[in-house]
Amino acid sequence: MSKNFGGLRAVDNVSFEVQSGEIFGLIGPNGSGKTTIFNLINHYYPVSSGRIFFGGKDITRRKTHQICSLGIGRTFQVVKPLKRMTVLDNVIASAFLRHRSVSLARGAAEEVLDFCGLTSYRTYLARSLPIASRKRLEIARALATQPKLLLLDETAAGLNPSELDEAIGLIKQIRESGITVIIVEHIMKVIMTISDRIHAINHGQTIAEGSPGEVARDKKVIEAYLGEESHA
Amino acid sequence: MIKPRLNHLIVLLLLILFPLVVKDAYYRHLMILVLMWVTIGSGWNIIAGYTGQVSFGDACFFGVGAYTAGLFAHKLGLSAWWGLALGGFTALAIAFPFGWICFRLRGAYFALATLALNEVFRHMATIWESLTEGMVGILILQTFVSKVPYYYIALALAVASLLTIELVVHSRLGYYFVSIREDQDAAESIGINTHYYKMVSLSFAAFLTGMAGSLYMNYMGFIDPEVVFSLHDISIMAILVGIVGGVGTIYGPAVGAFVMVAVQEVFRTAGFGALRALTRASGWSFMELVTKYVSESHVFTFGVLVVVVILVMPNGLVGDWPKIKRAFGLGRSRG
Repeated sequence: MSKNFGGLRAVDNVSFEVQSGEIFGLIGPNGSGKTTIFNLINHYYPVSSGRIFFGGKDITRRKTHQICSLGIGRTFQVVKPLKRMTVLDNVIASAFLRHRSVSLARGAAEEVLDFCGLTSYRTYLARSLPIASRKRLEIARALATQPKLLLLDETAAGLNPSELDEAIGLIKQIRESGITVIIVEHIMKVIMTISDRIHAINHGQTIAEGSPGEVARDKKVIEAYLGEESHA
Repeated sequence: MIKPRLNHLIVLLLLILFPLVVKDAYYRHLMILVLMWVTIGSGWNIIAGYTGQVSFGDACFFGVGAYTAGLFAHKLGLSAWWGLALGGFTALAIAFPFGWICFRLRGAYFALATLALNEVFRHMATIWESLTEGMVGILILQTFVSKVPYYYIALALAVASLLTIELVVHSRLGYYFVSIREDQDAAESIGINTHYYKMVSLSFAAFLTGMAGSLYMNYMGFIDPEVVFSLHDISIMAILVGIVGGVGTIYGPAVGAFVMVAVQEVFRTAGFGALRALTRASGWSFMELVTKYVSESHVFTFGVLVVVVILVMPNGLVGDWPKIKRAFGLGRSRG
């Protein structure tokens, strides 16, 4: 897929395939186009060229809410809590996609909150949550739509070490429950420890793909992260 | 599903007894207006308060409802009461295409579009004389001489509006509306077809406001484009009823209707005649000018009032009630 914003080619012919059940990492320095790729998959922006397939279906032209309905959930890099609603209501709103009645949706939402460790926050207004919990809420909301594929956008940014470990634990649990995950990160520790495969990009273009070890040793990846100085 | 609460039942009882106790036509008229504004305000509250799509053009739906009723009598020779049944549907017929086109606009741009809708209909009603009699207006024979039947119909409409909001707010629709208000992009990402649900929300608003318009036609017996499509007297008034009472609360519009009709009367009568009395008592000729300008300045003052309310009590009387109590020293101090 490719995406042009006016004269800026934000994503340039990036192509990858994600296997069901794996955790697929997408890394790159800031501004490399990672979030844009998510925005294309989720049709937050339309692609300028290219195609996106999900479970054999071409979803390139589908609208965002349809894509969610088909089974792709996503979190946003800058979290978007429904601020004036409670934590529980945030997830209930999401659960309505799969459950028609209020009571069924509430039941499903409580389960998801439990899975994400947010039960003690359920009556809090979303805007009163600290950042780590907001990120969990973001994930909980996506999970309540029962996705087959979850797009996690920079879930780890801004977390302290213990929060980071909790986040990693949650992501592993998500994979264990059978959900495929594409995770965008630029914090190496997170993505190296949990990804099965990694795709690295810079300036909107693919620079490497492979197992975490292979990608970590790739010259172009090191250059992208550390700049030209390492070769001086 | 709906739990009747004691104070609500008491208020309802008082409202039912009101015309039996109060025989003065003036106060009955004011209460009919209040009940009508509860309906209109509730409609506005659904689209603007709960769904976050602020409308500056509710007069369009009101006027369409009013003309539906009026034309049934005037053109078809049938009873204008048909308008009460169908006024809501004609308003819906306008809301659908409008929403379909204009909900791609967000925030202030959508508000401007509603403003345009209002003015377009006002103009159409004025110049399409073969249909609406233009500025001459429509005059019909009223069914009832007494105000009492109109009062109870207005009461039924107001109660129905509040019940509708109560049901909607606690349902899936209510959650979806508020999600759209809080963050439209997040809402889309959790599978909400925001375009569709915004239209559903507008439909509620249009239907309720259209019915209020039809009631108005039947009750007043006379309408013209300047009155029923009025930007300041209907659309802005609807906004004030909503925000003074409390956006996004169920009973906000009810409180707001009461307060705003009172405020409107203060202006129309220049302080219930107090200013006029003052003029006579003081003999100052400039007081005459003041009296005249006060009653005509309500348009300007309503604009100022919108700004003041947003700055001082953005959640309205119902939403900011604790804050207001504290300001008057009536609240419990948190030691």
